[in-house]
Amino acid sequence: MAISKAQDGVQSSLSLAQPLERSWRKALGPDLDAYGFILPAVIIMTALIVYPFCLALWFSLSDGMLGEQRHWIGLKNFAYILQDRIFIQTLWNTTVFAVSSVVLKSVFGLLLALLLQRAARWKRFFRGAVLVPFVAPTALTTLGWWLIFDPTYSHINWALKHIWPLNLLGLGPFQWLGNEHLALAVCAFVNFWRGLPFFAVTMFAGLVAIPEQIYEAAETDGANAWRKFWHITLPLLRPVLAVVILFSTIFTLGDFNIVYVLTRGGPMNSTHLFATYSFTEGILNHDIGLGAAISLFLFPLLLAVVIIQLRMVRKETSYGI
Amino acid sequence: MASSAAAFGVSTQNRAKTPGWRLRQSVITYVSLIPYVAFALFPLYITLVTSLKSKQEINNPNLSPFWALGITIENYQYLAEKTHFFDHWMLNTVLVSVFSTAISVIIGILAAYALARLRFRGVEVFGVAVFVTYLVPTSLLFLPLINVINFLDKFLHVRDTYWSLVLTYPTFLIPFVTWLLMGYFRTVPVEVEECAYLDGCGRLRTLVTIVLPMALPGVICAILFGFTLCWNEFLYSLVFIQDELHKTLSVGVVTELIRGDIYFWGSLMGACILGSLPIIVLYAFFMDYYVSGLTAGAIK
Repeated sequence: MAISKAQDGVQSSLSLAQPLERSWRKALGPDLDAYGFILPAVIIMTALIVYPFCLALWFSLSDGMLGEQRHWIGLKNFAYILQDRIFIQTLWNTTVFAVSSVVLKSVFGLLLALLLQRAARWKRFFRGAVLVPFVAPTALTTLGWWLIFDPTYSHINWALKHIWPLNLLGLGPFQWLGNEHLALAVCAFVNFWRGLPFFAVTMFAGLVAIPEQIYEAAETDGANAWRKFWHITLPLLRPVLAVVILFSTIFTLGDFNIVYVLTRGGPMNSTHLFATYSFTEGILNHDIGLGAAISLFLFPLLLAVVIIQLRMVRKETSYGI
Repeated sequence: MASSAAAFGVSTQNRAKTPGWRLRQSVITYVSLIPYVAFALFPLYITLVTSLKSKQEINNPNLSPFWALGITIENYQYLAEKTHFFDHWMLNTVLVSVFSTAISVIIGILAAYALARLRFRGVEVFGVAVFVTYLVPTSLLFLPLINVINFLDKFLHVRDTYWSLVLTYPTFLIPFVTWLLMGYFRTVPVEVEECAYLDGCGRLRTLVTIVLPMALPGVICAILFGFTLCWNEFLYSLVFIQDELHKTLSVGVVTELIRGDIYFWGSLMGACILGSLPIIVLYAFFMDYYVSGLTAGAIK
């Protein structure tokens, strides 16, 4: 800049500087102040998400207790967990837990959404009532379920024993949370209870968005309710359904609260999920490397879901992201 | 569920749409909805009933656990007098939720506006980053965040205090708020903003005086959701705080009120009711915002 000024004066300095600045501006886009807008978010996300994530990677590849000097050990943590019986059990538990609860939520969520759509009166009451499990604090509502499934105080066992005609079945008393198979089912059930409203309300919004004319056209062509459901409702609801299922799968896979409150992973590790097992190894057993390796196991799965989801969202909206 | 299947299965042909048919249909609909409502509210009902019972009644196996014979407030008295429920846990939770939500909503508004409106290099990358971080579960980050908190403790006393939560809750709030508000900001017509620019408004002033008022439902929704997510958070609070006086509601109740003896059910259930009540009241008043936030998060 100084040289150009010395040589030819103001005019040539402008003509030299402008293309330079223009190309620089062009590269960054017309709205430079945008960087100021995103800066706080970028700083926090870098410091508290990206950096910790890298730290978790380092933990999983190194050895040492919390607060001590860590040493690189390569993939040994991962090699260890892959032949750890409890981890294999955790993988299995997580699969059963997530698949069963997401399937239940999808089926009953859709049924509930269809019912909500048909309820013309007291719509707010019904929608409000069924949404409560989703907004109330999970840890606290799960304590309510804990009482309901408690071996001594179980309401279900009491009903099976005292209430006609249930007492004629001769069932129970069940050790709901003490039995290896029942405990995981109970955890998945409570997750289903909590997640159902999310499915129902979101699908309800999807149902309302389907234009009435399509149904009318189908009716004039003589379609009955089942045909309308199979050929109009379900196909048009598919994008919403897909997004809801993906979202719910992610949050169900990462679930911690329900299992922690109900069983803490027991009995016999039959209810451990990634999060609770990672908590057990990382916090309770102080092996932070192992804990990080366990929780990172979820990440490839998560990434796959995110990529699928981004592709779908891109396809459906005109704008990016 | 057979009845709910019938609700939209058996109804055939438009020829049958007589008043009688309509009545039958709506009866089927409402009757099928009742089990869902009962299911949704069942544990809360049980919690409430148990919290109003005396110890003797709870522990009598011959009395029905489904309703109470008499009402007592002894469990709530116990919470107020013998535990830190109100004076610490409730207060901490309110403080943490208010601060984290405020920080996150302000930062989220700025980021969402840049994503929705401004053109700059890296907008796509930033958008994808927000989406990915939105979906990173807290269970992936709680271990390394302990290190981050210990590091920050050298400058500010945050370790083992609820300030560590004010610091870490924005990690899941900012991506969520940004994602939510981006959709709302896009619905504000660009023309209105252009007018403001022509009148000499700066970018920030346009955002605050023109865009925010028009996207107010979105902002309210972000605040409500942020507050609720903070109030309900469990894992970070459980891991980062051991000091009983700094615990939040959920963690305080789960870790301090569950004791070895068999008499704790009443006060435990009372704590569950009182801990859920503020959120449920908030929800009752702003239900439509919750619903729109819920669907916006998944559909947009």
